[in-house]
Amino acid sequence: MTTLWPAIEPLLDRVEKPARYIGMERGSQQPEHRPGRAAWLLVYPDTYEIGLPNQGLQILYEILNERDDSLAERAYAPWLDMESAMRDARVPFFSVDTHRAARDFDVVAFNLSAELVYTNVLNCLDLGGVPIRAVDRGSDDPVVIAGGHCTFNPEPLADFLDAVVIGEGEEVVAQITEAIGAWKRAGRSDREALLHELATISGVYVPSMYDVEYDGMALRSVTPRYADVPARVDKRTVADLADWPYPKHQLVPLVEVVHDRLNVEIFRGCTRGCRFCQAGMITRPVRERPEEQVRSMVVDGLKRSGYDEVALTSLSSADFSGIDGLVAGLVNEQAGTGRVALSLPSLRVDAFTVGLASEIQKVRRTGLTFAPEAGSWRLRQVINKLITEEDLYAAVDGAYSQGWRRVKLYFLTGLPTEMDADTMGIAELAKTVVEIGRKHTKAASATISVGGYVPKPHTPFQWFGQNSIAELQRKIFMLRDSLRGSKAKLKWHDPEATFVEGICSRGDRRIGRVIERVWRSGGTFQEWSEHFRLDRWTSAMEAEGLDADWYVTRHRTEDEVLPWDHIAAGLHKDFLWQDWKESLAEHGLPDCRWTPCYDCGVCTDYALEHVVASPLAPAGGSQGTGQDLSTGGAVPVQLLPTRTPVKAAT
Amino acid sequence: MRGDTGFPIRVRFSKHGKVRFISHRDIARAFERAFRIAELPLAFTLGFSPRPKVSFGLALSVGFESDAEYLDLELSTDVDVEPVAASLTAALPEGIDVTGVARIADRAPALQEAVSAVQYRFEIVVDDPEVAASRIDALLAAPDLVITRSRKGKQVVEDVRPAIRTLQPCGTTDRGVLLATELSTRPTGVRPGDLGTALGLPVGRVLRTHQWIERDGARLEPLEADPRSPATAPDGAETAGPHALQARAS
Repeated sequence: MTTLWPAIEPLLDRVEKPARYIGMERGSQQPEHRPGRAAWLLVYPDTYEIGLPNQGLQILYEILNERDDSLAERAYAPWLDMESAMRDARVPFFSVDTHRAARDFDVVAFNLSAELVYTNVLNCLDLGGVPIRAVDRGSDDPVVIAGGHCTFNPEPLADFLDAVVIGEGEEVVAQITEAIGAWKRAGRSDREALLHELATISGVYVPSMYDVEYDGMALRSVTPRYADVPARVDKRTVADLADWPYPKHQLVPLVEVVHDRLNVEIFRGCTRGCRFCQAGMITRPVRERPEEQVRSMVVDGLKRSGYDEVALTSLSSADFSGIDGLVAGLVNEQAGTGRVALSLPSLRVDAFTVGLASEIQKVRRTGLTFAPEAGSWRLRQVINKLITEEDLYAAVDGAYSQGWRRVKLYFLTGLPTEMDADTMGIAELAKTVVEIGRKHTKAASATISVGGYVPKPHTPFQWFGQNSIAELQRKIFMLRDSLRGSKAKLKWHDPEATFVEGICSRGDRRIGRVIERVWRSGGTFQEWSEHFRLDRWTSAMEAEGLDADWYVTRHRTEDEVLPWDHIAAGLHKDFLWQDWKESLAEHGLPDCRWTPCYDCGVCTDYALEHVVASPLAPAGGSQGTGQDLSTGGAVPVQLLPTRTPVKAAT
Repeated sequence: MRGDTGFPIRVRFSKHGKVRFISHRDIARAFERAFRIAELPLAFTLGFSPRPKVSFGLALSVGFESDAEYLDLELSTDVDVEPVAASLTAALPEGIDVTGVARIADRAPALQEAVSAVQYRFEIVVDDPEVAASRIDALLAAPDLVITRSRKGKQVVEDVRPAIRTLQPCGTTDRGVLLATELSTRPTGVRPGDLGTALGLPVGRVLRTHQWIERDGARLEPLEADPRSPATAPDGAETAGPHALQARAS
């Protein structure tokens, strides 16, 4: 029950980037382990550089360490060189805070933000000496939990997880801590009783408490084994972000990581209604952080971290009520101390956002990113990303005319109803964008990034059969040929990795055995192209007698029992089906934040409301993105009373 | 460009413990954040992306510890340097301690050029100390020490024997002997790792103990090498601090 540092240190002279394993970030903690505290190991199952910035993990790290009855440390997947050094020296998977073995913790909790990390989950457990299958764990073993967006279809990992958190973790970790604490005080004797207890907590799914029946390949039912275990597990959602001004002490890593800056979440949830976007569907409703709290989190965070860049994060940051005022205010405040860069990831495509961007990027105008997602207006109506060509051209004209030289455009291919004319629309848009740029500067260029579309659970496209590898490749090569010699540079995701993401995204419990086989054959770090190999997956599917196309490229029917039907994001299945039909009819759907409720199910089922400071769509906002507001216009949303944050950032 | 608008200071710091695994570049970034946390009035470069005017001394290999690392920094106003060490230390990662701060003269030669000798104490893993001693003698007696290393992707063959000024045992550890060495940094440097390779023995922990600026036969600790004083300030008020400013105004 002590630190493994003396055993770890000699290994670090032999591995690349040894600082990945030392911890010591500003904001990190050295919690004291005591019998009265439930010890959580929060694991991001990818490299330190990818995992460290994860805000969800950092929020829970702080909340759990603030409580008297819990503590939390962090761990990240060791890179292959370190893993092999650890296995040779018999050093188990460890935390980076006090360098303690995973088995010294009561809970090992994984953050699942991407499907391709699933094999790393098994590897971390195995490296920690924890049996990978839940059924093989005993009273000495930690409780293995997962959370994050991927858990909205927990089935592919069901065999390996003791419990799964659906939705936001801020509140539910307290209830889990209490259950774990009671189990610990009782001598960790009855694991089955603990799991049963966990299964009764709202938002917690315990796979072993459910029986799964099949009808040939088809799933027939997923049924709880006890009367007090819910047939449907509802997601957890915090009603008001103002109550949760976390992280207060964002971790400042010593080595460079992705998103290496202060990140302040300005709102959670998005109701733009883009039909391909799982994040927008599962995080409803929109909950804005009070502007004043945003300001103080920015000011305190910069002062504490020493960062010179802050990002105002959300799924569509320009949609924050009064974003222009907030940005202008922050730019002015920081002008005194100087040299603080502000960034707004996930910008809408319109002239308003270019104006915003020019306000915050007074210097260093290198690149600006937009995501039109589809190449034609018809297809953008299908996916409900209602950006007109005029919007896009006005935005890029604004960008190039105001000094940006490179514009980056994100697209998906393999979307429902996509024809070659739609795909080629991407090339046409790209060429026109470069032409517009050349009017302003000879150095104008555009980067076109194309990803193969993977239909996700809890979206209107959950019934859609994903494009095959060959089809995605054909589309990408068509684009590549069309853009050859152009100033528009094409980048794309590997369709083979997209295919495997499809297996894991909509897989059922039987896919667990496939993941285990891939892991046993050495397939870790599958989201890293140098380590990804399709044949590991295809041969594992074959060995399990499963047809990959049945999982990936097959269209589902309305009456099919989906593997995630017993998990609820609040969206009614008939709403999603209706929206799928509307999509095929090329009908858009307005943003319910500013127009009347169309009853997707989330607010009504969970007694939640949008928390939005302004009843009006932002200037150039809804209109700017081409959404038709004629049905509703500016409808006041019901505002929650103004309130003082209970837990003010200190 | 240094010394045009600001007030240069030199900072000495140590690097001990777990933090020895971060790179020279990581140290630079940690200091940039620490300068902002400590609210030092930094002077910035002009141009498209203003950067604080900081220049670091010789890089220390990842994994090495040090008692004597240096950086030069330009401030926009003349501050009392007394509290700077404590406030920077508080803002830096554990294991990096600022152990001295001195005002330096304008246009003081940059550390990377000025430092001409470094001293290390390092561990050699060996069962029999006599083996180490005899191999050291042989190494020092040889007319040259030719090593091959890759520099910018190319294999370069160099004789580094001239860079080795002293090399002798200075103690023992639980797994070998401690060696003390003084090495020239020019024209070509040599590292403790190269010495271990030459001795055919694995190198354990490495500590840089000193860096020296040698000038006119004198051997100077970098903090003391280029002191700033009104008398040595080259030209007038702009670079000589607030007292000079007042003097000129009156």
